[in-house]
Amino acid sequence: MSDTVFEPKILGFLCNWCSYRAADLAGIARIKYPANIRIIRVMCSGRVDPTFVLSAFAQGADGVMVAGCHPGECHYVDQNYKAMRRYAMLKQMLAQMGLEDNRLRLVWASAAEGQQLAEAIEKLVADVRELGPLNWPKSWEENGHRLEAIQNIAREHAEAMEVPQ
Amino acid sequence: MSKAKPKLALYWAASCGGCEIAVLAVNEKILDVAAAFDIVFWPVAVDAKVRDVEKMPDGSIDVCLFNGGIRTSEQEYMAQLLRRKSKALVAFGSCAHEGCIPGLANLNNREEIFNTVYKEGSATQPENPKNLRPLPETEVAEGTLHLPVFYDTLKTLNQTVAVDYYLPGCPPEAENILAAVTAIIEGKLPPPGSVIGKNTTVCDECPRKRNEKKIKKFHRTWEIIPDEETCLLEQGLLCCGIATRAGCGALCPAVNSPCIGCHGPNDGVLDFGARMMSALSSVIDSEDPEEINRIIQEGIPDPVGSFYRFSLAASQLRRKHRPANEKSATTK
Repeated sequence: MSDTVFEPKILGFLCNWCSYRAADLAGIARIKYPANIRIIRVMCSGRVDPTFVLSAFAQGADGVMVAGCHPGECHYVDQNYKAMRRYAMLKQMLAQMGLEDNRLRLVWASAAEGQQLAEAIEKLVADVRELGPLNWPKSWEENGHRLEAIQNIAREHAEAMEVPQ
Repeated sequence: MSKAKPKLALYWAASCGGCEIAVLAVNEKILDVAAAFDIVFWPVAVDAKVRDVEKMPDGSIDVCLFNGGIRTSEQEYMAQLLRRKSKALVAFGSCAHEGCIPGLANLNNREEIFNTVYKEGSATQPENPKNLRPLPETEVAEGTLHLPVFYDTLKTLNQTVAVDYYLPGCPPEAENILAAVTAIIEGKLPPPGSVIGKNTTVCDECPRKRNEKKIKKFHRTWEIIPDEETCLLEQGLLCCGIATRAGCGALCPAVNSPCIGCHGPNDGVLDFGARMMSALSSVIDSEDPEEINRIIQEGIPDPVGSFYRFSLAASQLRRKHRPANEKSATTK
């Protein structure tokens, strides 16, 4: 392992009407938060399909944040409750798949809560930094000495059965 | 050499053998298949050796129906060999298509699987007091003996070699096999890379009455006897018909049993389990986080087994996460 500090890659799905504006507000108010988070604006936290979250982890994200309007304040009436239920479902599934609890987080942040959002991002980055790299694609990369074994089969067949190469 | 019959090969890898039986379940029509094709390789039914395949010119097999996932180096070798020798390689059945039940072992690694089978398994344990394990290499007086390498992670066929067509189902239904084979004979195939089958969900074939779905509690199948006319999901049974490709004629819901998703995801569904979670979250009737957690934890105690029963190996995450320190411990 190298001596460089581990910088977690965090993907954030922020809703257009509250949380993304909270991030904007944080910017305007010069509130600092770590650059580890890459923010994707979605129209609503209810738009965040579990597929997106799994895609993020499968492509190497170390953590994921889903952020939306506070319950009861959704621009689309009740879609953030959908996000709440999807999150609960995902959490349970991902625990079974061996994902640490602190790598996925649901946050409510209104358009006025730039400070709170920045703190939540800071907290998530710190928690994931403590957990270390996730590197999910590495989980399936190694399969023993398979390439060697496959070449052995071809070689042995060639030797034993006189198959023309 | 004009008008030779097209050459057909069938092979199995990590599967249960049900797909082979499904091919025979076309009954007397199997004779039409035999009449239309020259079966060059089918270990279950025809005497031909791997070396016969190795000697064939590349691309000389017209269609290869390959069932089973890839769990060992020998299976990977056969997948590569048959890919080279075949013009059209068909991932036949759920295992080759998306890993199926053997793929659920991706919740474990080789060491855990071997422990279950060779150490804790009641069937083998009394006969294995020395805790012997199959090794890829064994030295004997005559030289080195090789066994295939057993993989930590089961792969689907298209994670191993390029696949031309997919035939879904666990196993594929006889009429769908026949339709696919007929399409191959007549040259009326869909574009390469597609799943041969319907492009709609099991719900579309299900005769049950559907109303608004609002679920307060999920039941496991043995807990209730569902009413025979209403949508099973509305009755709180975890029915996967909403995400599953049609083509079976809603066999399971028709006999009062929820769909378990053996036909795999419909077109446009990248991740079967994610689609199920997304859809179910929409119909849980609660806005209270604690109640939501209770409904999910009590009703769906095994989410991976429920949502990825057939598709874990083909899902985006493919397997249970393996921490970095565990990977280095892999034995040869």
